[in-house]
Amino acid sequence: MKILLGIGGSEDSIRALEQTVERALAAGDDLTVAIVENPNTDVSPDDIESQVRAVLDEADLGADIRHVDGDPGSRIVDIAEEEGFDQIALGGGETSPMGKINIGGIAEFVLLNSHVTVKLVR
Amino acid sequence: MNDRIYPDEPASEFDEPPVEFEDREGRPIEIRPYDGDEDEMEALVEMYLEFDPADRAQGIPPGRENRIRSWLENILKGDCLNVIAWDGDQAAGHATLVPADEGAYELAIFVLQAYQQAGIGTRLIEGLLGYGRANDVKKVWLTVERWNRAAVSLYKKIGFETSDAESFELEMTLRLT
Repeated sequence: MKILLGIGGSEDSIRALEQTVERALAAGDDLTVAIVENPNTDVSPDDIESQVRAVLDEADLGADIRHVDGDPGSRIVDIAEEEGFDQIALGGGETSPMGKINIGGIAEFVLLNSHVTVKLVR
Repeated sequence: MNDRIYPDEPASEFDEPPVEFEDREGRPIEIRPYDGDEDEMEALVEMYLEFDPADRAQGIPPGRENRIRSWLENILKGDCLNVIAWDGDQAAGHATLVPADEGAYELAIFVLQAYQQAGIGTRLIEGLLGYGRANDVKKVWLTVERWNRAAVSLYKKIGFETSDAESFELEMTLRLT
């Protein structure tokens, strides 16, 4: 499958990266990583890129890595629809101190607007 | 999520538990702080095993016993504040304050289905806030699914105000001092 992983640096997006890479290795997915600017994190796009490269190198998996400017949710949906991706993968939310799952703003937008299948990784 | 807006004015007085009352079904209910005892923990595990999954919110309470136990261990320990509504030895409801950030606590409340709509939730949350104020809690926040009108109107009645309405869940806040 042709997978577009959106990553903005939040903890759940890093977990989504690791699991999506693992799954791509097992299933032979064609993976593209879109690095977006998540207003709710302080991690810089360059730092995210080094984390992405580290995980890919560790797994010995090749993937297209892109930096995406503009509104993260709508850009992810655009790219997925225009370039014929089969699935968008995103972090499935952070857990509050109480243990409540809170879905991030980017995932909310993508879920409601994407015509491409969306996977939230837990 | 750290720039939460709180009401300017503190909420009204809340009775500090223990509190005893008769619910609308005529059952004698007592609200007490969790005493750290094994038996009380086990009674809560029983309550959550009986809990209707349709009333889960944002993944809690968890469904399976091992997950219920690890979740409870996490929110019953340390600086967390817990009150339980008892019908004899049966835990009918449970409300909790978990320290989150900068003196603010996250609140959650659960009432077993057989005890819902009997006035227990209001007393339980008031008891928790009275207990919280006595333990120096200054600010409280919670999230609630926006379709859950019963819960939203209960929180409003207590004094919570909506602080963020832009996500799937409403965020509401209350100031104790």
